[in-house]
Parts: sequence; C-alpha cells; structure tokens
Amino acid sequence: MDRIVPAARDLIAWLAEQLWSGFGVLLKMPDELFALLVMVVVGSLMLVFLSLLPLFFVWLERKLSARIQSRLGPMEVGGFHGWLQTVADTVKLLLKEDLIPAGADARLFKLAPMLAVMASLAAFVVLPFSDWLIVADLNVGLLYFIGVGSIGVVGILMAGWSSNNKYSLLGAMRSAAQIISYEIPVILSLMPAVMLAGTLSTQGIVQAQSGIKWFVIANPFMPLAFLIFFIASLAELNRTPFDIPEAESELVAGFHTEYSGLRWSFFFMAEYANMFVSAAIATTVFLGGWHGPFAAGPLWFLLKCFLLVVLMMWLRWTLPRLRVDQLMSLCWKYLVPASLVCLFGAGTWYLVVNRLRGGAAGTFWFGS
Amino acid sequence: MSPLRRYFRNLWDGLYTVLVGMKVTWKNSLLKPITVQYPRERMEIPEGSRNQLYCNIDDCTGCLACERACPVACIWITTSRRPAEEEVYTSTGVRLKLAVPKFDIDMSLCCYCNLCTEVCPTECLVMTADHEFAVYDRGDLIYRFDRPWQVQKGILPPALPDYRPKPKAEQPKTEPAPAAG
Repeated sequence: MDRIVPAARDLIAWLAEQLWSGFGVLLKMPDELFALLVMVVVGSLMLVFLSLLPLFFVWLERKLSARIQSRLGPMEVGGFHGWLQTVADTVKLLLKEDLIPAGADARLFKLAPMLAVMASLAAFVVLPFSDWLIVADLNVGLLYFIGVGSIGVVGILMAGWSSNNKYSLLGAMRSAAQIISYEIPVILSLMPAVMLAGTLSTQGIVQAQSGIKWFVIANPFMPLAFLIFFIASLAELNRTPFDIPEAESELVAGFHTEYSGLRWSFFFMAEYANMFVSAAIATTVFLGGWHGPFAAGPLWFLLKCFLLVVLMMWLRWTLPRLRVDQLMSLCWKYLVPASLVCLFGAGTWYLVVNRLRGGAAGTFWFGS
Repeated sequence: MSPLRRYFRNLWDGLYTVLVGMKVTWKNSLLKPITVQYPRERMEIPEGSRNQLYCNIDDCTGCLACERACPVACIWITTSRRPAEEEVYTSTGVRLKLAVPKFDIDMSLCCYCNLCTEVCPTECLVMTADHEFAVYDRGDLIYRFDRPWQVQKGILPPALPDYRPKPKAEQPKTEPAPAAG
C-alpha cells in the first residue's frame, strides 16, 4: 500500500494533465481519504481478479480432465474451445433460485459462503505479484496467510452446521479435522524458508531469492519441504486425493449439499481462488516469486502459479480419494515427522555451510 | 519386514505409485480425443443396426405375422378382403388377397428387437438406418404406413405398381439339366 498510494497519486496527476483537469480534485483530498479511496479501488480490482480467476481455472480444469480421459471437454460456447462456457455457467448460477432449507439456520446459512470467500480474498493481500504490485507487504505476511487460511474452515463448518443435514455436517466435520491437521505440516514446511530468508514478509522472502537462488534448491532439505508444503496445501484445499469433505460419491458433496445458485458458486469460487493462493504462496516461498530469467515481474509469478495449479489439476485427475484413516496417517505419521526432519536439517545445513564459509553462524536467526 | 523398514517402504511406494499414475494420465492426455461432436459429426451406422421401422405397404400381404411376433404389441394392423377381380401382386410375385387400410407402429413402444422383420414373409417390414426421429408430441411417434399416408408423405408413388407376373409363354424354356454320369 505504501507504494501503491503514491503510484495512484502519480497516475491521477498524469490523467489530470492529459485527459481532464477535473481529476485534479482527487489530489486535493486529505491524505487519509485519498488512501481510503485507493483502498476501495484496489479492493474492487482484487474482487474482479478473484472472480475472473475461477472462471479461467474451471474452464482449464474441464479441458485438462477431458484430455486426460480422451474427451474434448467444453467445445461449443464462445466458438474457440468453449472459452465462454464458464461465463455461461456463471450466468446460469446467477439466475438460479436461492434455496434455503426449511430446517436450516438461515442467518448462519447465508453467512457461511461469504466467510469462505472472504478468507480466500483476504489471503490475496500478501501475494507479491511483483516488486511493487502487492496490496500490503506485511512484516508478518506468512503468519497472516496461515491465519486467514484457517478462517475458511470456519465458513465450511458453519455451512455444514447450518444446513441441518447429516451429510453436510459430516463433510464439515471431516473438513475441519483435515484442515486443522494439515495446518501443521504446512506451517512446519514453510519454516525452513523463513529461516533462510530471516523474515516472514512475503516480499522479503522473494527478495532473498533474487536471480535463481530459489529456496527450493537452496539445500537438500528444501525440495522435501516444498513437496510437503504442496501435498499439505492440497489437503487444505479439499482437493482430490484429499477431497473426503466433499466426496460426491459418499457425502453428496458434503458441506455444500444444500447450497444452490450464487451461494454455491461462492464456495466454488473460494475453492479455486484458494488453489491460486496456495500455488502463489508455494511460488513465493520456494520458487522465487516474481524473480526469473530475462525479466523479473508479475508474468513470471503468474506463470509459476499457473504451472503449479496445472500440477494440482493433473494430480486430481490421477489419484483416487483417500480414506479418512489414510488421510490422518499420511499427515501425522509421514508429513509431520518429515517436515520436522526438514526443519532441523535445513537449519543445520545452513549453520554448517555458513560456518564453513566463515560467516557468523548465529546471525541468520535475526535476519540480515 | 521390520516396522522401520515398512515405514520407509510405504513412503517410497506412495511417492513412486503417484508418479506412475501421473505418467499414465500424461500419456492418456496426449491421445487423440475420441469424442464425436454429434450434430456436426456422425458415427457410421453399423450394418444391420436396428433403428426405425419402415413398411413398404405395397408388398404387405396382411398376414399379421409381425403383429403376432411383436413382444410389446406396438403394431396394429387391420385388413380387408380385396375384390376377386382386383389383381394385385407383391414385388416378389405373391398375389395379394387382402388390402391393409391400417398399419400403425407405435415407435415409442417399440423395443427394437427385430422379431417382426424376421417373420415377414415378403420382407416388406424392415429396419432403416434412420435413428433421429424425436418429436415434440408423443402421438407423433405412432407411424402410419397405410398407402394414402405414404402417398401423402411422398414415400410411395400415387399409382399402384404393376407387379403382375409376365405370361408364362414369354419366358424362355430352360433346357433340362443333363443327367449326371
């Protein structure tokens, strides 16, 4: 924000010069009001981005899954490979009846999808698209991401509870158990990168990986940390093979069984936006963020996120669903010990290598 | 296997089998899609496929064999005696003693078992290749094959075809086959 507000000020000054002097009025506002205005505009832009992203990803997933199954996928709407299919679907969802079951707790039922979307939207705040394109470079960025990521589970639990439906509640309970368990490997696998960078700020982590000093190849333990983060974030997203909270074949879609129309599409939107957020955090922390050969910038960031999202879709259409006990044993018996080994190994490696290079061994705890 | 070894074996198997699965889906995604974009592309109808029925009423002897053979009773036929002086033959040279003023088949009931066409002595009832006969009104699925209707639809010419057999005298006499030996 501290860089976007001056940038907006420059943009408006330029517009006032070139197009219409009336824009100059905006510059005469008090600073606080101007910052608020910029916040509203940035927030709306993020909302637009968040709404357009699932449109593209849903289309992409349908095409990818179709190709994996030797089908064509959407081909009709919009002419070229059905690129307007998801837009048409959105219009359909907007026109659908907004059903609230008779036995449901109406207030919670309405609130739940908003909470789910809000949680994924809030995570966008700390995503560093480029060196200046970040809504707020919080000094606790990663902690913030982990925190708001956990709000989503409240939305899911709320949806399952208020639907007054046994399948919804079962799905929501499974989801809560799953997300809370997998928080631990997610956090533990992010920690080695935080130790290397010496900061929790997402922008700081990206800057520590300038060039191609990506954390994923920083030492032998980091690829493992990346793998753990990727698997655990898949589980946090409730995606196949960890989609037992919304297993269509056993729970009739789990927590969003009773939802229809726009409220249902909110959950869908949150899921796909969360996919992007997870891919973006993996990119930021392990894959060098917006750094890349030739020209560092938002394009590199988006490309890496895109590839990770494609990998998630590829996995989804490859693997069958896990059982509940398998899910828990994967988390507690395999991922958590492995991430502890990672954390310990990466720290030791850093200390030893630093000592061999003659650097001060203890300094990395406090950053540079 | 010791528990420790089993633990690492599990870990390795899990990772390895995921990679094997991903390889399979990757290979599959490179295959050519087999989807046929139906209204624009069509699959070839196999020979002998069972689709819509058609009856060439000019060859129908009114024997009711098809009506009796039909397991779902979707064929309704009424016949009437032709006057003795009317000489009408089928294309196979069978003299028609009965006229068929009504030959209705309800295609919404038809189970496409092909039994009716097999029993037809003159092979006038056949399965055609036409398989797209969706209609808006269920009543439209009752197909009428009586002659006036078929003439009205332009399927049959208005004039009765003349299948009367040629006089015997005109046919060349065949030589008796030489005795074997």
